[in-house]
Amino acid sequence: MPQKLTEQEVRHVAKLGRLRLGDHEVRQMTDKLSAVLDYVSKLNELDVSNVEPMAHAMDMANVLRDDVERPGLSIDLVLANAPEQSPPFIKVPKVIDDGGGA
Amino acid sequence: MPTAADIKARLMVGMEIHVELATRSKMFTSAPNVAHPDYFDAEPNSLCDPVVLGMPGVLPVMNRRAVEMSMLVGLALGCTINRKTKWDRKSYYYPDLPKNYQISQYDQPLCIDGSVESPVSDQPGAATRTIRIIRAHLEEDAGKLLHEAPGGFAIDYSIVDLNRAGTPLLEIVTHPDFDSAEQVVAFGQALRNICRFLGVTEGIMQKGHMRFEPNINVVIERDGKTYKTPIVEIKNLNSFKALHGAVNYEYQRQIDEWLETGVVMKAGAKSTRGWDDTTGSTFLQREKEEAHDYRYFPDPDLVHVVVDDAWMARVKAQLLELPLAREKRYIETLGMSVKDARALIDEPRACLFFEAVLAAGVDAKRASSIMLNNLAKRANERACRVDELGISASQVKAIADLSAADKIGSAAADDLIGLCCESANKDADPLKLAEQRGLLQVSDDSALDEWVQQVIAQNEKVVAQIKAGKESAIMSLMGGVMKLSKGKANAKVVQEKLRKALLG
Amino acid sequence: MDPTQTTLIGLRDAIAARKVSATETVKAYLHRIDRYNPPINAYHEVYDDLALKRAADVDAGNIKGPLAGVPIAAKDNMCTSYGRTTCSSRMLENFRAPYDCTAVKKLEDAGAIILGKTILDEFAMGSSTENSAFGPTRNPWDRDRVPGGSSGGSAAALAADLCAGSLGSDTGGSIRQPAALCGLVGLKPTYGRVSRYGLVAFASSLDQIGPFTRTVADSALLLQVMSGHDPLDSTSADIPVPDYVGELNQPLTGVRIGLAKQYLSDANDPVVAKAIDDAVAAFKKRGATIVEVDLPHTQYGIPTYYIVATAEASSNLARYDGVRYGHRTEHPEDLIDLYSRSRAEGFGPEVKRRIMLGTYVLSSGYYDAYYLRALKVRRLIKGDFDKAFEKCDAVLCPTTTGPAFRFGEKTDNPLEMYLNDVYTVNANLAGIPGVSVPGGFATVNGTKLPIGLQLLGKVFDESRLLRLAAVIEAEAGCSAQRPKL
Repeated sequence: MPQKLTEQEVRHVAKLGRLRLGDHEVRQMTDKLSAVLDYVSKLNELDVSNVEPMAHAMDMANVLRDDVERPGLSIDLVLANAPEQSPPFIKVPKVIDDGGGA
Repeated sequence: MPTAADIKARLMVGMEIHVELATRSKMFTSAPNVAHPDYFDAEPNSLCDPVVLGMPGVLPVMNRRAVEMSMLVGLALGCTINRKTKWDRKSYYYPDLPKNYQISQYDQPLCIDGSVESPVSDQPGAATRTIRIIRAHLEEDAGKLLHEAPGGFAIDYSIVDLNRAGTPLLEIVTHPDFDSAEQVVAFGQALRNICRFLGVTEGIMQKGHMRFEPNINVVIERDGKTYKTPIVEIKNLNSFKALHGAVNYEYQRQIDEWLETGVVMKAGAKSTRGWDDTTGSTFLQREKEEAHDYRYFPDPDLVHVVVDDAWMARVKAQLLELPLAREKRYIETLGMSVKDARALIDEPRACLFFEAVLAAGVDAKRASSIMLNNLAKRANERACRVDELGISASQVKAIADLSAADKIGSAAADDLIGLCCESANKDADPLKLAEQRGLLQVSDDSALDEWVQQVIAQNEKVVAQIKAGKESAIMSLMGGVMKLSKGKANAKVVQEKLRKALLG
Repeated sequence: MDPTQTTLIGLRDAIAARKVSATETVKAYLHRIDRYNPPINAYHEVYDDLALKRAADVDAGNIKGPLAGVPIAAKDNMCTSYGRTTCSSRMLENFRAPYDCTAVKKLEDAGAIILGKTILDEFAMGSSTENSAFGPTRNPWDRDRVPGGSSGGSAAALAADLCAGSLGSDTGGSIRQPAALCGLVGLKPTYGRVSRYGLVAFASSLDQIGPFTRTVADSALLLQVMSGHDPLDSTSADIPVPDYVGELNQPLTGVRIGLAKQYLSDANDPVVAKAIDDAVAAFKKRGATIVEVDLPHTQYGIPTYYIVATAEASSNLARYDGVRYGHRTEHPEDLIDLYSRSRAEGFGPEVKRRIMLGTYVLSSGYYDAYYLRALKVRRLIKGDFDKAFEKCDAVLCPTTTGPAFRFGEKTDNPLEMYLNDVYTVNANLAGIPGVSVPGGFATVNGTKLPIGLQLLGKVFDESRLLRLAAVIEAEAGCSAQRPKL
């Protein structure tokens, strides 16, 4: 029976999720995820044509905050957990592209 | 191969504009907002709390003022405010995006379906063009990823400053209703004025308070057939000059490219280009194939926003007469010059002070003169706005009345204005001040007549010159009267009396 | 008296009456931790000095409150501004939070002493605490068996009397299931009852913090202290907190207990089935009516859960990239390398699997077929409970099909592990509260192993739920039983 997922798809998803997977891991992941996807396809048994999706556990609205500012963390606390820093900045490898996807 | 001479080309531009809202705190947390004047000069990474940093276990909480500001702009743009709106997560990885997702709005934006009558150029009395607004939604801004150290020093790594991360951002999207760079720029300027007038942004272009992303393509006609070039999006332009340059450059570039390759628009094939100020050209950043899969889904940490009638009414009450309508009124109804009208409207809070002065009963001509000359001078000296000088609208009215009644001359009026700008004279009565400082003119006929006669009597030679035709010498006699009166004589009346006495 | 061998309320009262000091209490627990933690690995970090200091403050009268001097353990996915918060992951091995989890802070404001942080399945993903990067936790009742998960450390710590009460988090059963396997009371409150601020998010629309205790009364006390609206959590309910402790004594007249055939499966161990029967009899004796209810979508809970929870988790865990905090790979070549290697090195295999699954079900082309469909089935599952609660006040069911399984028994096939959650996930999907109460023991190869019974209640009806739980507690009579260590 054909698997739900191909290795190529797994590699694509790993890229989306920024997870580096070795070849062996890709194979294992393909098997295990295919099994789970096969199982969750059980949901296709149901007729959901007139059902509203439920993204929240409780139906709430308008939780809003007054526009009053509070000071930010001190620079020491901001950088305390930063693995690489050039205070007051956080360091990352040199980036030479367009700039995000915003 | 076709040449430019064989074709008819029409530019099509749709705009995406990002406006940084000037709330005091950020969109989803109470850390201070870098887009607010109080925090413009904050040190890097000094406006970060755990929510901004995307630390484990922290949660977003919406800023009510940001929602209201967005509704105000939406209303000003003629939009329908969605009574129920929600938040979605937009996923992508970048160091300036702490959670590696941006909280935004996908399928239920706050504002939809608006339209604006936008001037086609910045010439006064320019015709307008209907620009349809598809939507306006709220989201959070990302921080900054810098590739050189402050001061321009080269570094072989990149650095992250998250001060801007979490700033409320209003994204406005128009239909492709523009067909020239001038229209695009005029719209951008009009939008900036609207937003500044509503108090939702300071609109300082160099600080990136408004960023433009025009979506450009060209409709080409040749031999009765129509061809559309692929849509190009230019990212992150933050000056009107760049916007103008980029749109015009792209127009030409796309025509040239079509003439050479014949490639036309395909569904979903939008590419992204950046603008290089130094070369005055656009450059390729990303083809469609590498486009992001943003995996939008409803943000489970945030609840719906439901706008009921009472809230709508409260927001509507905050809407002001918008800049374009106001300019028209100043020019057509109040008779101001275009230059003066625009100068007044340019600074919203000062403009509202002007309105207060008008409301206090000062006529438009005198009011605008006081604003643009006497008050502007002092505002410049003190490096503040006219409405921050301290003088009140009723004080301006009192001074204007004194001028109109000839009780003070123009120099004295200026002095009085200056006095009322001093904090010690807050709410002081200008008439009393004038009396205390001896600024009141003497217009009493008998006093003036006496001085005039005295001066005439003491200056026979000059009198003779005047009678002989040298009218300008009246000024020296004037000087004599002013000296006698210790500067208090009403100069205008004195001059009239002298002329009458000597020239008949 | 031995302060480690009593109930939480008993200890609280003894400290308040000065029958035992807070310092003696903390010392006694620290001594037990020294001795009994190594073989079971319930605690990851113990805050000896901090705890003794607070105990001294309690004894000096500087710290007061309904929990003054009571030592509590917190699951290590609850951020504290002292020590580290690791989520039992290499990704956060050295993370020090500059803020506190609201629920933990509320306990501390009431005088509680946080003794330390407990081991969990990494990022709360698992049902056995085998997925911890710092070693599994062992069930004090049988060290070859799992304590359940993901809050296995908190459950084991209390079961072994290494604290007077502990905190866990429940996304698909991670409090209730370990409570059942360790012989404790474990409560998942209504969604929004307790603030999630400072709880490292796994699945935001499902997560709740809740207490592990020996007795129902202890649970009522901890729930009362930790509940309430939090302006830092937009999903926290702005509903007053009842006097859960005081209301425990209210009568249960006219109560209707629902039984759903979907939970009375043949797969249930005979001991579990018998415990249900005994509980039914106990309720009947107290004048309750037993009502048959139908929860027809029960079987779709697990697939729904594994789509919704992993989708949210894939997004919640995107922030762990080694940039601002957490593990960063050495010598990354470029940005993509930085991200993908830091995350590959920092996360264990189960976390990676769930991120992959969650990313996939949200990705372009699959969103409607998986994620959107799952959200709709979620609505149907909630609908089942809404209908059932028109006919009854609480549903009685097992917590698990049987007692604790052995290490490695279910790790080959993730699917089999996921099926452990069959009786617990639907409460999270629907947002309703659930409590597991000790219901008896199974004897396997001569070893006594606890099993639990579960009550599922209406939203914000924890008061009644706890009263009903007290009935089972009285009937089953297991609360005082402790494993031989």
